Parts: sequence; C-alpha cells; structure tokens
Amino acid sequence: MSDLKYTEEHEWLRLEQDGSVTVGITDYAQEQLGDVVYVELPPAGSTVSAGDEAAVVESVKAAGEVKSPISGEIIAVNEKLSDEPELVNSQPTEDGWFFKIKPDSTEELESLMSEPDYNEFLDTLN
Amino acid sequence: MCATTTRAEPASLQHTALYSLHQSLDAKIVPFTGYALPVQYSEGIKAEHLHTRTHAGLFDVSHMGQISIQGEAVEKSFEALVTGDLTALQDYQQRYTLLTNPEGGIIDDLMVTKMPDGLFVVVNAACKDGDYQHIKKVLGKDYQVELLNERALLALQGPDASAVLAGHNSDIAQLAFMNAGRFQIDGIECIINRCGYTGEDGFEISVNNSDAEGLAKLLLEHDEVKPVGLGARDSLRLEAGLCLYGHDIDETTTPIEANLRWAVAMKYRNESAEANFPGADKILHQAKEGTEKLLVGLKPEGKMPIREGSLVLNQKNVEIGHVTSGGFGPSIGGPVALGYVSSEYAAVGTELHVEIRNRSHTMRVADLPFVLHQYYKP
Repeated sequence: MSDLKYTEEHEWLRLEQDGSVTVGITDYAQEQLGDVVYVELPPAGSTVSAGDEAAVVESVKAAGEVKSPISGEIIAVNEKLSDEPELVNSQPTEDGWFFKIKPDSTEELESLMSEPDYNEFLDTLN
Repeated sequence: MCATTTRAEPASLQHTALYSLHQSLDAKIVPFTGYALPVQYSEGIKAEHLHTRTHAGLFDVSHMGQISIQGEAVEKSFEALVTGDLTALQDYQQRYTLLTNPEGGIIDDLMVTKMPDGLFVVVNAACKDGDYQHIKKVLGKDYQVELLNERALLALQGPDASAVLAGHNSDIAQLAFMNAGRFQIDGIECIINRCGYTGEDGFEISVNNSDAEGLAKLLLEHDEVKPVGLGARDSLRLEAGLCLYGHDIDETTTPIEANLRWAVAMKYRNESAEANFPGADKILHQAKEGTEKLLVGLKPEGKMPIREGSLVLNQKNVEIGHVTSGGFGPSIGGPVALGYVSSEYAAVGTELHVEIRNRSHTMRVADLPFVLHQYYKP
C-alpha cells in the first residue's frame, strides 16, 4: 500500500482517483488503543481545517481523538463503524476507514510521510 | 490520533515474580501502582474478559499487599479498626471489610481471613505501605504485623476455575465462597481463598515468590486457562459492580455513601454490639438516616463509554453527581459506569445525562451488578 500517506498522529491518508482523500488510523494506532468499541464521526457536509478534531475513537481502555490532517469538506463517513467498530482493529487501512474529505488543495498531502518514512518514525518511538 | 498508553517503562518500577513469564507471553506491560504489570496479552482485553466469563482467566495480582497480623485475640483488636464483624469468623473464614478514618472515610477496602495462627489480610497495592504503618501503629507492640513481600498472589477466575484446581487437588473444589485453606498444588504450598474481583466463581492463591512461576505455568497448561491482564480485570469488576479503591471509594467517601452498607457489621447496625471503629458514629448515623449522595450503577444509552470524571446532570442540566468508573463491558456489549449522585436521583431507572464534547448523552440509574455474580455457595 505504498500510495498511503501518514501523519505523526498515526493517521493514514489515501488520495482516491476522484480527488477525494480517505482518512483512517494506522495499524500502530489501533494496536496501541486496543479493542475499539465506539467511533464518533463528523457530520457529512461539514468543513474542517487541518488540526481540527474530526472524530473520536474509544477502546475498552482509552479514548483518542482523530484530528483532520488536511482542510476540506467531509463528503462521506464510514457508517459501518457504528455497528462494527472492531473493523478499526481488524482492517485499519481498508474497511476500518473513518471519513473522506474533498481537500481544499492537495498541497497539504505532499508534506506528509511516505510509508518508509512513517516506519522510520515508528522506530523512534520504541 | 493520540494514543494514551505508554511503551517506555521507567526503570524504577518493581517487578512481580511473574514478570519474565508475562514477557514470554507477549504481554503489553504498563506501569501500575509502582509495578510493571500486564494490561493485556496478545488476544486483547475483550477476548480475555469474555474468556474469564466462559472458562478461566489467570491474573497476576502480586502487586497487592499481603499482611500477616498475629498476637493475643488478634481478631478482636483488629476489629476496632474496621467496619466488619471479625470476632464472628471461624478459622479459615474470610470477610470483606473496610479500614476507616475518624471522619468515616475509607482508608482501604480489604479481605481478612482468620487463620489458626492469626489474620491473613489482602489490601490494595497503592495503600499497602500506608495500611501496614497504620495497622502497626494502632495495634502497637503486642502484635506482629508483617508485610509479606516474599509472597506472590495469583487469581484464577471463571466457571472452569474450580475444576482446573480440582484436577490437582480435589479438596480445593470443596471450599465455599469466602472460605480459605492451606493446600498443596503438585507439591507447591498455597494459601487459597475462594473469592475474587470478577463476579465469577474463582480463587486467589498466595504462594512464595519462588513457586509463583511454576504454579502459573502449571495452571496455564490447562486449555481452559488463559492469562488475563489488568485491562480485563477492570472491565470484569466494573460489570460485577465492585468498587475500585481510589476511584469509587476513598478517604472522602463513607461506606454508606458507597453502597457498602453490607460491609458494616449487622451487630453495629442493630446496636447489639458497641461500635468503636473510627468514624462509627457518623457511619451508623448515615446507615439510619441516609446520605446526601450515593454510589449507583449507571447504564449509558448507545455505545459510547462514559469515562471517570464525567459530570452527571439532571433533566434541567444541573450537576448532581459524577462518574467514578466507566468503560465498556464486553459481556454487556455496551458501556457501563459507576458514579455518585445526589440521593434523590439514586432510584433505579432515573434518567440522567452527561455532556461530552458538546453533546448530551442519556443514561439511567441501573441495578447492580450489571452481570450477576456466580459465587459458589453450596
């Protein structure tokens, strides 16, 4: 999955063919959180700025917030997560995605980490 | 995304006798009351929780304090420090009781077992040094009070626990809830109490540190037994409606406020014996007249866990209490919580609210426990 971009906050982003950007949390993040039991997603149609709190993810033992890594309009959220929050654990970068953004510009994406950069970043955390 | 667990482990943390076993079992180790302890193993909190409710979970609770108290009529002397009836205990009977302060607050909650040669007491990890000093000071020179740091404590909890232990020594399965004995498990000397902190049938097993790993491995050889960490220990006790010291009870909450009336001896409540434990006047007055606040079960609607510290609001959005423990109950399949509310809101079914991230969430006062206790009482 070399087309993913990563943030230091452990989110991944994927630029889709239609120009939208899908956002979720990384395998490392879900591993740290443990069993996810609840995900609160932003209303579709809302606009977010980079750094705004866009979603909340709660596990059995902890709560974490997901900040929008880029600015834009939320055009879709993963409705499946309300009934199956465990998808965040089992398929963090596939069916466990959080929301899709129509970005104000794709420039913000360019400053984010590639997969090898992110893996290197993870190594510094241990 | 801010994950809240830490990986780095301060060098000053103490290890229990099972530390290397935890590592070999791929535990996620976290700091807890000064110890490096497993919060979970590879299967995760939910799986470990459900396994304990359906089979048996093995917990390392060696961080807890084990205290031996010996001396002339020790149960009578120690009774003056706690809310419970200790003089009524027969040998090898166990009681849950509370150390109180003069204001009626709870210094610690503890398990006391009457042994033929004295009392065997298990106290909370964070309180153990304070409890030890307090007990030693109050009882004075005539009593030998000893913190048994050379002993480990394992808990085997769940519906299969009894059969697993019976496979090694059939006498163990004969114990009733809140009874104890000295037993051998494949040659290992153990003090075993039939009790626990999960709401399930189960046992707490005290052994010498040098025997702890051998015993744990022996028990883990059973297919029914899996290691369970502190994460599931917390979700299990919360579903069972059991208080966690430092959260649901502390020096500012009284036994009556904490819904622990049953832990205050009947002989004091019906005035057939004089109560001289610290704070007795206040506690017994509250037992009769009621309290301004009460600890209750809270069942949030929906799926979102309501965490400790959340303010509880009435229908008019006036603050009437706060959540002291809250999380997700895997057996319930939803969030569960404990909290203090003004007594007028303590009736089961009362609708209350919390506001989290600018959204109001409804919850109702619920009957405790959330999951029925399965204690063995033949």
